[in-house]
Amino acid sequence: MSQPESAVAEAQGGGRAPESLAALAERHGLRRAIARPSMPAYLRQLWDRRHFILTYATSRNVSKYSESMLGQLWQVLTPLLNAAVYWLMFGVILGQSKSIHNYPAFLITGVMVFTFTQRTVISGAKSISSNLSLIRALHFPRASLPLAYTMQELQQLGYSMGVLLLLVLVTGEPITWLWLLVPVTLAMQTVFNIGLGLFMARVGAFMRDMNQLLPFITRTWLYASGVFYAIDDKTRELPDILRWVLEFNPAAAYIEFMRDLLIYQRFPERWAWVTCVFWAVFAVIVGFWYFWRAEERYGRG
Amino acid sequence: MAELTEELSQVAPQDPKTQTPSETREPESHDSTTGTPTVIVDDLHIVYKVYGSAGDAEKGNAANALMRLLRRQGRPQMKEVHAVKGVSFVAHHGDAIGIIGRNGSGKSTLLRAIAGLLPPHKGAVYTNGQPSLLGVNAALMKELTGERNIILGCYAMGMTPAEVREKYDEIVDFSGIGEFVQFPMSTYSSGMGARLRFAISSAKTHDVLLIDEALATGDREFKRKSQDRIKQMRQSAGTVFLVAHNLDVIEETCNRVIWLHKGKIRMQGDPQEVLEAYNKA
Repeated sequence: MSQPESAVAEAQGGGRAPESLAALAERHGLRRAIARPSMPAYLRQLWDRRHFILTYATSRNVSKYSESMLGQLWQVLTPLLNAAVYWLMFGVILGQSKSIHNYPAFLITGVMVFTFTQRTVISGAKSISSNLSLIRALHFPRASLPLAYTMQELQQLGYSMGVLLLLVLVTGEPITWLWLLVPVTLAMQTVFNIGLGLFMARVGAFMRDMNQLLPFITRTWLYASGVFYAIDDKTRELPDILRWVLEFNPAAAYIEFMRDLLIYQRFPERWAWVTCVFWAVFAVIVGFWYFWRAEERYGRG
Repeated sequence: MAELTEELSQVAPQDPKTQTPSETREPESHDSTTGTPTVIVDDLHIVYKVYGSAGDAEKGNAANALMRLLRRQGRPQMKEVHAVKGVSFVAHHGDAIGIIGRNGSGKSTLLRAIAGLLPPHKGAVYTNGQPSLLGVNAALMKELTGERNIILGCYAMGMTPAEVREKYDEIVDFSGIGEFVQFPMSTYSSGMGARLRFAISSAKTHDVLLIDEALATGDREFKRKSQDRIKQMRQSAGTVFLVAHNLDVIEETCNRVIWLHKGKIRMQGDPQEVLEAYNKA
């Protein structure tokens, strides 16, 4: 069967000479339909798609709760209920609250901050694999999808933060000028999440089993990040290196940073700043690079 | 012409010779189209990986899966589908090319590959400018109102906010869904949904336009409107590819037809001849 096809190909070459199709394409300045753009060009394309990214994120958030009776109210109810469950389990029943100052606020800050990163990881891993039909239908920089998913989580975090700030006030902490730094730490965490989401998007696109494995990974991470306990309390007997690893853990760093601002009312120490900035920069560079390297392969399977 | 069709009807469909007529006549049709090449498809192979289609003997059970892991066998649920097997052709400026074939013959896959949405397994597609597929269905969300979907769809096709504002009323008018634009798309009848989708996706102008079964939707009135719209788009676009099961549409709008069969070109050339052969097969 291959013979007649090559004959067709030659006839197609213009019928002039046995010129290859590739040569014909070059002569007329045609380019391969699939070619990965350079990194700067890619970032420019992505910037051009910013409206799509934001609209897609908002649309997903709106459609997510559109079937339920309470509708958009769930955006606030979900974080509230989450906080209530954790407070009941770890604050009331397990009685952690005695050793830590203002345990409800401590716990809920940890849960909210960690949930933001956890949800980005899980949704990021699905962002390519659950949008294959979109990828196979339209042309756009694929990083738009993990970015939109991260933006969606950021929008949800807006409601969570409202709940969190309210609870912090209710539990008796004052409003201080340090609250002005809340957007700063959220910005650092968002940048970190963007990088992590991009990284997970590529992993999830080519390793389908990742979605089954992720809940275990994120749960381990949750327990290691000092959401329910204070890391420096619990790690006093551990070797220094292990302690350092636990505190260098990005999730723990962002959680502690937020607790400094909201609960302890102190300006975060220099190492906290260094850790938070380092992880944001590191994740976003590695994430973009890793995702972009496979740009032309998303959608094959 | 009559001899060609006679010859065709005599040759058995499986015989590779069926391609002879198109080969011999091909250079002529090139002379008639003076335009420069816009799309070159060179020995294109597309392979899909399909997940989750377990065979009867291999129904997913944990013990089986473990054994396969131990024996280092791949996942049996992952099948490779060789959808396009070595297709080559050249499309010129001003061409309107119809692609016909049975279900599963690789038509839609070929379109997506031309659009640069599916990476080739082997071979290449060379294009001038960005070919775009007419269709935003995948970007729309049925829980959202028509309004939101219009905006989302336009952005998904890469429009700017200014372009969206400019086109919005035109899209609503063209779709003819009236005040339903305020309601979620899940409340639309299938015809209304199809009209809105077509209205959104045809709101953008394209260099190379790929249309996949867009005409088979809506009532008679809308069909006429959408055919007019396609004609307009053909004039502004350099090259149009059209996949349709409705052969009348192909005959009316195309100057060349490619017949795909099981991922290969069975025949190509003048619409009348190819369609006649296709109907006989």
